[in-house]
Amino acid sequence: MKNEFKKYNFLNIKIIILIVLFILLFASFATMRNFGEPEKTEMDDYFIRNAQEQTGSNNVVASIVFDYRALDTLGEAVVLFTAVMGISLIFTKNRNFSVLKKNEQNN
Amino acid sequence: MISLIFLTTIFLIVIGISGVLFQRNFIKIIIAINIIGDGVNLFLISLGYREGGIAPIFTNAVSLNMVSPTPQALILTSIVINLAITALLLSLSVLIHSSENLVNSKKEQDEGKPASHNSKN
Amino acid sequence: MSKIIKIVSLTALSPIIIFGLYIISHGHLTPGGGFQGGVIIASAFVLVLVAFKNDIKLSHKLFVFFESLGLVFFIILAFLGIFKNTFLYNFLANSSGILGRTIQFGANTGCLNSGGVIPLMNLAIGIEVAAALSLVALFIIRHKDQNKTKYD
Repeated sequence: MKNEFKKYNFLNIKIIILIVLFILLFASFATMRNFGEPEKTEMDDYFIRNAQEQTGSNNVVASIVFDYRALDTLGEAVVLFTAVMGISLIFTKNRNFSVLKKNEQNN
Repeated sequence: MISLIFLTTIFLIVIGISGVLFQRNFIKIIIAINIIGDGVNLFLISLGYREGGIAPIFTNAVSLNMVSPTPQALILTSIVINLAITALLLSLSVLIHSSENLVNSKKEQDEGKPASHNSKN
Repeated sequence: MSKIIKIVSLTALSPIIIFGLYIISHGHLTPGGGFQGGVIIASAFVLVLVAFKNDIKLSHKLFVFFESLGLVFFIILAFLGIFKNTFLYNFLANSSGILGRTIQFGANTGCLNSGGVIPLMNLAIGIEVAAALSLVALFIIRHKDQNKTKYD
């Protein structure tokens, strides 16, 4: 039974998924607005206009990241800290996987 | 037709997903996941472009026509989170490679062969 | 590694750290900031770790301490804004304090004294990212296989 599926080398299910994904991405990018012509820019105009007087920094991106939207930066710092904490749990010295080992039941 | 940047984004995402579907080695799958993240970040940055604009920094600025700074602030977070995901995946693959008696498939345990570094055989 | 690589990596350690500190401290004037400068400093530590694999004594508790210090400093800066208005408030901008020089709208050559609480947040995030990435590299480079069973 297994050898019958090896004959279909060309129309694998993975290639069909890839072709459908490519067509869908192409169609959705064709109906977007043109590159370089934004539509509604009120928030960006407010940021560029008022960032120097309200925060006192020349860099508008830094004032967005650390002053107007600082809560996202706090969440990102906590995510980085948690990932490194998970990595340090993997590389401890005396790891004991006695729940998963099957060989200990025989000994 | 479609601009060149959007074509690059489409190719990056499709190449990344095809790498995840067709590759067998662990490191190549991790590289493909990283490529998908890069394609999505490129798309997010290219949404904020304004024609004839400069970088949104006022130090020695040439003109006052600036591109929109909001997508640039969003992908800073996205890049750092992709970095954390890649670091976690790489250390998990080091764990799989070092302790081989944990992830042997049952068929190879009966035959007595060691598990190789690929994900499926 | 050979002797040339060890000597060159120790020589290039100081300029890389100083360059990373420059990018962190000028985060409110030029492109850059906390994350970019932290990665630059971490690359200096990874260079030393790759050149001297087991010859150098680096304990992982030092990096854990600095990473926690960076995150706690960031949270303390966030809580200090409650006395003025709200959580995460820029309480040093446009004040007559230490980092509070006002800046008018328009192009100018930058001033280091401005920015409010943004340079301090850049420093905290820079310390945290540098320590976190060096810790990950230290764990992966110095890992020894313990439970590897050999089949005959």
